[in-house]
Amino acid sequence: MAVISVRDLTKKFGKFTALNKVNLELEKGDIYGFIGPNGAGKTTTIRILLGILKASGGKATVFGQDVWKDAVSIHKNLAYVPGDVKLWPNLTGGELIDLFIKLRGSNNKTRRDELIERFQLDPTKKCRTYSKGNRQKVALIAAFASDADLYILDEPTSGLDPLMEQIFQELILEARDQGKTILLSSHILHEVEKLCNKVSIIREGQIIEAGDLKKLRHLTRTRMEVETKRQLEGFDRVKGVHDLYIKDKTVYFQVDSEEINNVIKFISPFEILRLESAPPTLEDLFMRHYRGEAGDL
Amino acid sequence: MFREFSNTRALSLFILRRDRVRLVVWILSISIFVIAIAAILPDLYTTFEERQVMAEAMENPAVTVMLGPGYGLDNYTDGAMMAHFMLVFSAIGMGIMNIMLVVRYTREDEEEGRTEMIRSLPTGSLSYLTASFSLLCLVNVLTSLLVGLGLSSLAYESMDLIGSLLYGAAMGAIGIFFAALTSLFAQLTSNARATIGYSFSFLIAAYIVRGIGDVGYELLSLISPLGLVLRTQVYVNNYCWPVFIILASSVLIFALSLYLNSIRDLGAGFIQTRPGRARASRLLLSPLGLAFRLQKNSIIAWTLGMLILGVSYGSILGDLEGFINSSELIRQMIPEIAGKGMTESFITMLMTILSILGTIPVLLFILRLKGEEKKGRTEQILAAAVSRKSLLASFAAIGLMAIPLIQLMSVLGLWSSAAFVMEDPLSFSTIIKLGLVHLPAMLFMAALAVVLIGFLPGLTGLVWLYLGYSFFVVYMGEMLKLPNWLEKLSPFGHIPQLPLEGADIARLSIMAGLAIALIVAGFIGYRQRDIQG
Repeated sequence: MAVISVRDLTKKFGKFTALNKVNLELEKGDIYGFIGPNGAGKTTTIRILLGILKASGGKATVFGQDVWKDAVSIHKNLAYVPGDVKLWPNLTGGELIDLFIKLRGSNNKTRRDELIERFQLDPTKKCRTYSKGNRQKVALIAAFASDADLYILDEPTSGLDPLMEQIFQELILEARDQGKTILLSSHILHEVEKLCNKVSIIREGQIIEAGDLKKLRHLTRTRMEVETKRQLEGFDRVKGVHDLYIKDKTVYFQVDSEEINNVIKFISPFEILRLESAPPTLEDLFMRHYRGEAGDL
Repeated sequence: MFREFSNTRALSLFILRRDRVRLVVWILSISIFVIAIAAILPDLYTTFEERQVMAEAMENPAVTVMLGPGYGLDNYTDGAMMAHFMLVFSAIGMGIMNIMLVVRYTREDEEEGRTEMIRSLPTGSLSYLTASFSLLCLVNVLTSLLVGLGLSSLAYESMDLIGSLLYGAAMGAIGIFFAALTSLFAQLTSNARATIGYSFSFLIAAYIVRGIGDVGYELLSLISPLGLVLRTQVYVNNYCWPVFIILASSVLIFALSLYLNSIRDLGAGFIQTRPGRARASRLLLSPLGLAFRLQKNSIIAWTLGMLILGVSYGSILGDLEGFINSSELIRQMIPEIAGKGMTESFITMLMTILSILGTIPVLLFILRLKGEEKKGRTEQILAAAVSRKSLLASFAAIGLMAIPLIQLMSVLGLWSSAAFVMEDPLSFSTIIKLGLVHLPAMLFMAALAVVLIGFLPGLTGLVWLYLGYSFFVVYMGEMLKLPNWLEKLSPFGHIPQLPLEGADIARLSIMAGLAIALIVAGFIGYRQRDIQG
């Protein structure tokens, strides 16, 4: 059974359509990257999953339960970290961690203290004195100290320093090893690439690309750098070659995955001295979609 | 020296640009309110005789505590009456405006990190504070002129240009005083809420000190800015010296806040915040616990505050008794309720006013949930295993439980000091019954707050407007001879005049029933809607 199942989810704010038939499917154990530019609808989707906003159309379930009607029972096994953590200025970080853990219904003191230690948070300070990164630590500690099955993390590391980001990644991998499911909305692509097995890209309220990260890579282009003995000729007319740049006898280009074979056949007669290829990064994938229509002009 | 103030003018213009609508709305609503009252008052008391009857009533110490000492009572002109009725409230209005605006431009900007942006620009360290203060001085001067010219343009014989300008100037001076005072509190405390708290406490204290001073120790009135401002005796003697004293002390206070601003770090205050608990106490660990904990200080302060207010209102009852017995005119006017009846009907009004004031904290406690939503903090509670019903119930419960508590405090305060000062004190049971009959009206206001949170969270301001309206019709309705139905529009206009009439249980039950229905509706609405922020 899917942990999160979203079918044709639509959300309108007045006339503005924030989400247009969004589909998501998270299986148990998935670490799911949810990426897209600002204002694309990531947070709106998450808020609907949390039962804070009411969907205008479509169906969304978590653990097989309706996100709006069964919010309370879902939330007992769910931990959430918002992108912009807002805390009560006159309460301490320690008090809020305890409150959030308790409100989720779990109680694990040793885990809490261990996480406070790992993140090096001073829990006696009033929240008004915390920086953005420290507020984020409070939410992360509260989330990972709870005994949840599903973690929804909305840009959770945007204020953390690299050391803390490292600790965050360790926590995600630990959670994965325990078979937990994670929905990670993020802008930090190397993080998504490192942690996630599936991704969805959302733009202007629509999912434009979704699936297994490895498969997505196959759909895209490979970067190549080839040095040949003889000067390549007529290469710019070969099908599937993009962003060609020639310097002496070395060519740099990107090639559509399905054309690789033909391209190599074309190059071979010119006697290959050196060939380097790199899989497409998520960034390449992302940029292609980001630019979207603008890039097609 | 001057580089500390560089770019002050540009910053003033920036604040003006940012808040031009807000500032204009404040200036216009205060001036129009004052001028409108001045315009209708003389039509209500047209003859010399009618005004003399009012003058006689004005010697009532209870009135003195509320409005200040009467003057020019031998020849109670429209102007004297208008100034006596309205000057202290005009001044309080100016105080509120300046507190709200100064907090906005000082601590609030600092807390939100906007001041840091400003300070990173080539501006002096004192520029922003100076810019906001000078802009507010301008706002106060404009309000003064508008009121002054507006009042004199009404062309009543007794409201001449000089007196009208002095009336405006008195308001402006109080405004500037509170702008300076709030600037000072913004340096001393380290956050916006504390600044608002200290500033409003000062305003309320100034009003109470003046009330006590005006019926007893005049020295007390002279140290309260609200007492001083009444010493202008506008439209009769037109004394200017109180205005100068207020302005001079404002300059001193502002100079002190500039000095404190120059020696403190950005974001810091002088009243230190101590480190807190590393672990939450068991009491905090529920939505109700959170709702209570967030408002604990405010609950304690309001509980004590209402007790003090009850005591101070009760303390005038002794004088009232003597006054009624000595005044021939009052006896002739209202023989049927003279003597003890008069005191009792007066107590009903006092209790109604205390109940309306006591509704303020009740609304604050309930509407706190809307504030939490606006600040984007509700989301995290609801993302945990907390239902909307229990979240709204927690905040509503704090407010609803505050109703009997607050009312008990007013009753205790009123009764204890009345017992102390009256020769023929009222029984405790009379006063507690008086307190009880007001509960349905308070519940009704609380229910309105709940229903607004449920359906129209953006319009919760309406309930404040309604409470303000209730206060106005109950407090001023008699004096302004407003038609009776205006009073009936407020739940507080349906309270039986208890010692004189019987408690109308049916009517009170209907009000309470309506309130409960509204609360239920509010819960339904809150479960249906999107949470914002």
